[in-house]
Amino acid sequence: MDNLSAGQALVRSHRGAEGPWRTAWRKLRADRAAIMAFGVLVLITAASLAAPLYARHVSGTDPFATNLNGEIVIHGETRQVLEPSTEGLGLGFTPLGPTWDFGPYMLGADNQGRDVAARLLYGGRNSLLIAGAAALICLGLATLLGVVSGFFGGLVDTLLSRILDVLWAFPIFLLAISLSIVLITQSITIGPIEIRSGSLWLPIFIIGIVYVPYVARPIRGHVLSLMQAEFVTAAIGIGASPWRILLYDILPNVITRVIVFVPLILALNMMTESSLSFLSIGVQPPDASWGTIIQDGQGLLYSRPIVALAPGLAIVICVLALNILGDGVRDALDPKSSIRVA
Amino acid sequence: MRSRKVFSAMMAGAGLAGLTLMAPLTGAAAQEGKAGGTLKLLANAAAGTIDPHINYTLQYFQINYILYDGLVTFRKTGDKTGFEVVADLAESLPKPDDGGKKYVFTLRKGIKFSDGSDLTTADVVASFQRMFKISGPTTGTLYNGIVGADKCLKTPATCTLEGGVVADEAAGTVTFNLVAPDPDFLQKISIPHAAILPAEAPLKDTGTVPIAGTGPYMIASYDPNSLLKMVRNPHFKEWSKEAQPAGYPDGIDYGFGLNDEAAVTAVENGQADWMFDPPPADRLAELGTKYAKQVSVHPLTAMWYAPMNTNLAPFNDIRVRQAVNYAIDRAAVVKLFGGSNLAQPSCQILPPDFPSYAPYCPFTANPGEKWSAPDLEKAKALVAASGTAGQEVTIITEDTEVSKSIGIYLQDVLNGLGYKTSVKPISQNIQFTYIQNTNNKVQISVSQWFQDYPKPSNFLQVLFSCASFNPGSDASVNISGFCDKAIDQKMVEAQTATIADPAKGAELWTAVDKAVTDAAPVAVLFTPKRIDLISPRLKNFVFSPQFYWIMSQSWVE
Repeated sequence: MDNLSAGQALVRSHRGAEGPWRTAWRKLRADRAAIMAFGVLVLITAASLAAPLYARHVSGTDPFATNLNGEIVIHGETRQVLEPSTEGLGLGFTPLGPTWDFGPYMLGADNQGRDVAARLLYGGRNSLLIAGAAALICLGLATLLGVVSGFFGGLVDTLLSRILDVLWAFPIFLLAISLSIVLITQSITIGPIEIRSGSLWLPIFIIGIVYVPYVARPIRGHVLSLMQAEFVTAAIGIGASPWRILLYDILPNVITRVIVFVPLILALNMMTESSLSFLSIGVQPPDASWGTIIQDGQGLLYSRPIVALAPGLAIVICVLALNILGDGVRDALDPKSSIRVA
Repeated sequence: MRSRKVFSAMMAGAGLAGLTLMAPLTGAAAQEGKAGGTLKLLANAAAGTIDPHINYTLQYFQINYILYDGLVTFRKTGDKTGFEVVADLAESLPKPDDGGKKYVFTLRKGIKFSDGSDLTTADVVASFQRMFKISGPTTGTLYNGIVGADKCLKTPATCTLEGGVVADEAAGTVTFNLVAPDPDFLQKISIPHAAILPAEAPLKDTGTVPIAGTGPYMIASYDPNSLLKMVRNPHFKEWSKEAQPAGYPDGIDYGFGLNDEAAVTAVENGQADWMFDPPPADRLAELGTKYAKQVSVHPLTAMWYAPMNTNLAPFNDIRVRQAVNYAIDRAAVVKLFGGSNLAQPSCQILPPDFPSYAPYCPFTANPGEKWSAPDLEKAKALVAASGTAGQEVTIITEDTEVSKSIGIYLQDVLNGLGYKTSVKPISQNIQFTYIQNTNNKVQISVSQWFQDYPKPSNFLQVLFSCASFNPGSDASVNISGFCDKAIDQKMVEAQTATIADPAKGAELWTAVDKAVTDAAPVAVLFTPKRIDLISPRLKNFVFSPQFYWIMSQSWVE
């Protein structure tokens, strides 16, 4: 070993070194906060996926059907799901409060007499599904546009950049709300795909589109900087074809940045979905999302705050976990540190 | 008309039907009033233009009655006589002449506008011309019977109403000539759209710029984002206590922007005196117990209903419309509105205690006078017979809590009948016009109707006559698109009979009510009540069936 040349030693050390993905994974695992956040997200996702089981076997109610005349026995006492006010002038009804038992109406009822806990889980499914699917659309489109724009430059870059500028110029919620209002009562057809009004694909499509510039622009910038990198210049120098450079030199480096965006866009999408649904232009009744449940609870803030607080808390936990995970992923994959895929 | 921002066909009133729940608010009516102070009112938002010939909202109708006068008006009292028409700017109520086609009004002398100018017969003629020139929202429905109105509706800019409204300055009279006898004419010109304004009033919507009026108050300033400030009209002298009594407060401040929850708290604490918007549902129990003395509840002559498009499947089949009527649990819907102390189940068009009202409910488990329970078996049988089960139905509601809740409930009902139903809540600001326009192909919706004037025609003719159905228009208040020539003919007969024999006319209107109810172009859900929350310092809360709270008659301590 002592007689190894410097060159041989370098080759050996490279052979024994772990790859950049492995390094990133090791770094991520070492980040306890990120791992905990990931665990929380897995738990919430699992609980949401189990919504039908909960509704059938635990709550025993249909979370999408009104139950205005329903009754329930709690600790041997029969109570109405919507309890009328019997004192004073006898005005109004108050939905059943949380029973805190692992059973029907654990978190109480909403103003339609529906089980809030069951709706919370179903709402989680929709919120996570919309956030996830919209993130896929957004990141896919943004990556495509950013890479094409930055790599090919010239007229293509000018054209795509201006389109992104136009989208960028709109306040995000104004754009989302405008699209929602136009599309909420009518179907939208994109080639062979028809998205019907009321479909979950509508908020997915809208949310997926509005954040494209926010991801595409940094990716384009990153591609432009990669084009000036030595390893790309070297590849050009040895006569590599543009497609080879794109596939083997540019894309692998861009992917790490896209991955860093995933948790952040997920969190943004989740909040946007909640906001749109809160404004009645996202998920449509009787389907639930955390945003629609908050809206249902808005009219009960005074008497049954749990209806709005529970989904609000779920959103806070999810977004917080996604942000912490996002920080961890960024630290692990940050191309400016030790990771370089070449 | 509708209760709030976007109204389309007529003005609001309130009913006297049934129980009036209230704290000892009216008990103060007999007290001696205390002039002075400023009333502080709250609303979520302003209601748009303050031009009295254009604004068509209950929110501003309520204040326009103390800012402006017509030739006649409804008596400003808190009992049933509040539905009666009395002379206002006219010296007396005219007797119809020429077989009910001519009315001659003699103008009172010595009345001045708030800008100091004298009221003249020229102002009356100019005001009626202005209504058409600025395309007022009710010119085509309420005032189209005046001679010359048809020409004015076609070419508003050159409107003269020649031969229709004729002034005699020397005699101080204004003569109205109608195309045909109209037993409701006096009621129609009693609403603020027929307010008399100075002849110089701009021939356009004045928006936020006030126009001089003759009432006891005038608008000092208006900022739709924050405040509408009213002060005493320095030129007002009471000429008729029953038509336009002098007001007690020196000023009225109408603030905008506070949400319902905050407004309730402000009124409870005495930081404001009254709120226009109904208190949110989760505060009702608290108001009914802790603040019962500050609450009054009055039945309204109004209805919440679900119009069904009689020209679109599946509701173009009468069996389907009747099935929906049979299937609805109206007691459950009443719960969504706050319970039986705030609404009464109903299945007919005319509200209780309204002229020509006779209790009738064919769509119930035990058909008769009152709704008792849904009849699901019958409903399902009707749907099965129609062969429409499985079709897709979309319900359009407002995005308000109650409207959306009712929509979700109806979705359950329709799903239970075998349809694939979805609910689309859309903004309160556009829903009413959206559901009227046939281009939007709305199948079923949730809506409300509040009376403009206390006559059956205001419900039956306005909402269900062929003439009220204007395909492709945002102003087609016959939302169901219902047009039955035989029922239309009955309406004309009832209208004609009312002139010669009011009792016979009332009978005929009752028959029309039953005929329309049977045809089920809508599912009437319930008759709502109005809940008012007032501050502890506000006294003499007078609730008129026509004007709701007559704010000029209250005082503050």
